[in-house]
Amino acid sequence: MAEPSGSPSGPDGASGGLDRRHFLGYLVAAPTLAVVVQYGPAAARPQAAAAPSPPQPEEIFDLGDMQNLAAAPTSGLISVQVRPDGTAAFAVPRAEVGQGMTTAVAMMIAEELDLPLDKIHVTLADARPELLMNQLTGGSNSMRSIYLPVRTAAAIARQRLVATAARQWGVPAAELTTGNGTVKHTGGRTATYGALAEAAASSKTIKVEAQLKSPSEFTVLGTPQGRIDAYDSVTGRKKFGTDLRVPGAKPTMVRRPPTINGTVVAVRNADAVRKMPGVTDIAVIQHGVAVRAETFGQCVDAIRALDVEWSPGPVARESDRTVLAKLKKAMPPMALPPLLAKTIDEEFTFAFASNSPLEPDNAIADVRSDRAEIWSCLKVPIVAQEDIARRLGLPRDAVTVHVVEGGGSFGRHLFHDAAAEAAEISQKMGKPVKLSWSRTDNFRQGRTHPMCVSRVRVAYLGSNVLAYEQRHTSTETDFGHGLGEMISATAARLPVAGNQSIAQTIFALTQSSPYNFGVTTQLLNEVPLKFSTGSMRNIYSPNVVCAQELVVDRLAAAMDKDPVEFRRKYLKDERLRAVLDRAAEAGQWGRPLPKGVAQGVGVHAEYRGAVAALVEIDCRPETVNRPIEDGVTGPRVSKALIVVDAGLVINPRGLEAQMIGGMSDAIALALTSSLHIKDGLPLEGSWDDYFYTRQWNTPLDMRVIVMPNTGNTPSGAGELAVAPAFAAVACAYARATGTMPTSFPINHGTLGFEPFPVEPSTPQSPTDGLDHTF
Amino acid sequence: MPTHTFQLNGKQVTVETEDDVRLLWVLRDLLGVTGPKYGCGLGVCQACTSHINGRAFNPCSVPVSKIKPTDEITTIEGLPATVGRELHPMQEAWLDHDVAQCGFCQPGQIMTAVAKVWQAWEAGREITDADLDEIRNVCRCGTYSRIRDAIKDGAKRM
Repeated sequence: MAEPSGSPSGPDGASGGLDRRHFLGYLVAAPTLAVVVQYGPAAARPQAAAAPSPPQPEEIFDLGDMQNLAAAPTSGLISVQVRPDGTAAFAVPRAEVGQGMTTAVAMMIAEELDLPLDKIHVTLADARPELLMNQLTGGSNSMRSIYLPVRTAAAIARQRLVATAARQWGVPAAELTTGNGTVKHTGGRTATYGALAEAAASSKTIKVEAQLKSPSEFTVLGTPQGRIDAYDSVTGRKKFGTDLRVPGAKPTMVRRPPTINGTVVAVRNADAVRKMPGVTDIAVIQHGVAVRAETFGQCVDAIRALDVEWSPGPVARESDRTVLAKLKKAMPPMALPPLLAKTIDEEFTFAFASNSPLEPDNAIADVRSDRAEIWSCLKVPIVAQEDIARRLGLPRDAVTVHVVEGGGSFGRHLFHDAAAEAAEISQKMGKPVKLSWSRTDNFRQGRTHPMCVSRVRVAYLGSNVLAYEQRHTSTETDFGHGLGEMISATAARLPVAGNQSIAQTIFALTQSSPYNFGVTTQLLNEVPLKFSTGSMRNIYSPNVVCAQELVVDRLAAAMDKDPVEFRRKYLKDERLRAVLDRAAEAGQWGRPLPKGVAQGVGVHAEYRGAVAALVEIDCRPETVNRPIEDGVTGPRVSKALIVVDAGLVINPRGLEAQMIGGMSDAIALALTSSLHIKDGLPLEGSWDDYFYTRQWNTPLDMRVIVMPNTGNTPSGAGELAVAPAFAAVACAYARATGTMPTSFPINHGTLGFEPFPVEPSTPQSPTDGLDHTF
Repeated sequence: MPTHTFQLNGKQVTVETEDDVRLLWVLRDLLGVTGPKYGCGLGVCQACTSHINGRAFNPCSVPVSKIKPTDEITTIEGLPATVGRELHPMQEAWLDHDVAQCGFCQPGQIMTAVAKVWQAWEAGREITDADLDEIRNVCRCGTYSRIRDAIKDGAKRM
């Protein structure tokens, strides 16, 4: 449990070479005012952890700290520009997938530049290999890694505009103020930023120091703001991947194999299908047969008509049952409990889950003999660019990768499967293509959160908890999207043993028990099965924390303690205790409820943030059995409350949105949504099979409380709520029914739908839409 | 190739394509009207929800040959013009509640919301939680509670 020796103190630390509010940047030679930033190595200083449980790695140095450390050397390569039209522009090297990152970045610039939000244009940067590890959107790290560099760049720009006006007017800069995109002199003279932008441009690169506002001076940061893209969203103007028009890029879809990652042996009727209406091209690719046509509808017709002989994929013999047996066999033994101690032993199973967004995976590719251009929603575009160039046999610089805003991600866009496939198809057809996976492809062949089993043993004597052990055994999660490179690059500086796998490193950097439970160990063990997997929002935490909190409730019951009172006593983190107290008070913990309705609570700290979730679940038969056509009803979370401490809040409205989304995910994970694997393929093929939370599952009373700031830096927030909310729903269900669930989601044992056939891979669209108008 | 004529967002359009091509693809791929989204093509996710003669429907589930020349199709792009404003009151409510996260489902959600309010009014009542529970539109970002708040608010402004 080594401390990160020689860990550099960051700008948020009390010590270190840089004063808290002074940062360095550069004015760079450009036709208009442009600023780039550089600042000292960023890594959170080690935080003191309470005894008696010694700190686990995550508490002193977490995944986000590692990402900050890896990103720091290239932070100097991101720039803010002020244009002659009075607007500011920033191409952020991150992906926007609904989490509100672009709005938060615009707020940071607005704050330090004194420019209204609607004059700030935030776009997504193309893949920029020179950024190395600083172009990965994941681990809820965006706010944490760009909060200081973006503000620094904006502050330098503001200072330069002031200095330029002072020079032009022959007055001291101290007599000038800024506001609303204008520089003002005490004598009444004013100039807009737009009028000053070109004069403020630098002819050479100059090092400058910026003074940032302190949080007490903030007028934008910390205030509730609507999303900067909201107008485009509600008018249908927001452009997603398949909305883009690239010349010649016609609709393209793929007929896929009946097992995950199967391959083509032969296509028996390619010539006949090529003659179908609208079809222009057919090509055999790595995992299927691609068809390009005038419309996606004609692609569906054509891929359904193809007669293909398949070779099975690597997990063709696997089903839920076989995977679970392999996980159980691989589970490491638990340590022997201390003599005389009582123990609680529990084991929890979590089914495969899909990280598919609503927008099906898609990409546009225009591959020529000497170059390629790609458009796709990519959270790690540099890795995509490098991999696609290698597959196409082109130099990396010949491949331009544009990052498109995504209709959700939830982990899916960490990988570039659709972009690589579009490139392969475009190269083989010799034409530009607009590839979309079908909905069914997304569930059946898309990446999944793998099945896992979490075993917990807790040993106690009287009111002393002596040991807490958690052994998390999971089907392998694929991290081959750049975090691997990041870990290799920073390995020597990580406070975890050097010989661990990437997955184990990520597990160690994201998991820690928040309780004083004596000797605490949480270990990951992976079973290498070649499912197509990846991170799903909050990675391991939803499963690990759900198991932990259910056992905490059992332990409290064994000691005859109330669940909230018990947690208060054993929590070692003051911030967690504070959010729990607030939740218990605001959620009226312990209020009388009818039989079959109960409250549940869950707490979790991660990404340097802390959350308590308190829910009420209604498990009465009249609720569980209410009829919804083609939908799963079941127990309903009738009330939900999330209390969040996000360190320093950037946009409370956006933070609230992320908490609400986390609760919806949690309800789905606990109660309704999973993939059933049968003979190498998930049975789920649409949203009436994969039961993500719908309106009829939504709490009628959903409330978020944002705690006052507890720090000077923002925590991660996009994933923060999922784990504690999942735990709260599970604990509430256990209390309402009197039976602790051990398999999730609770309805996984019953297949609540008739699966689409496995072939052809995409079902035909209905024709009876006019019979269902309302 | 057959031609198909219908009213789209207040204008008559004619398009040449096969009879069985679903209206969604006629709108998106041939006419470039991309507000209605493809989320499933199975009449399930409701991301393509638009209006036909003032009623909500899924263009992914209707062959273009079933659309008559007099049929008035309204997509999200044409919704404000139905009330002669820059934004429909439901869209304004959506902005005030900052409903959207990724935004992908939002055009369909708003078109459903407007039709759901009309449906309640036709039944002689205001929209209720039971009505909202019937909405099938998927929002994978899970912003359902803000959708509910915005619909109740938008209904008052309609």
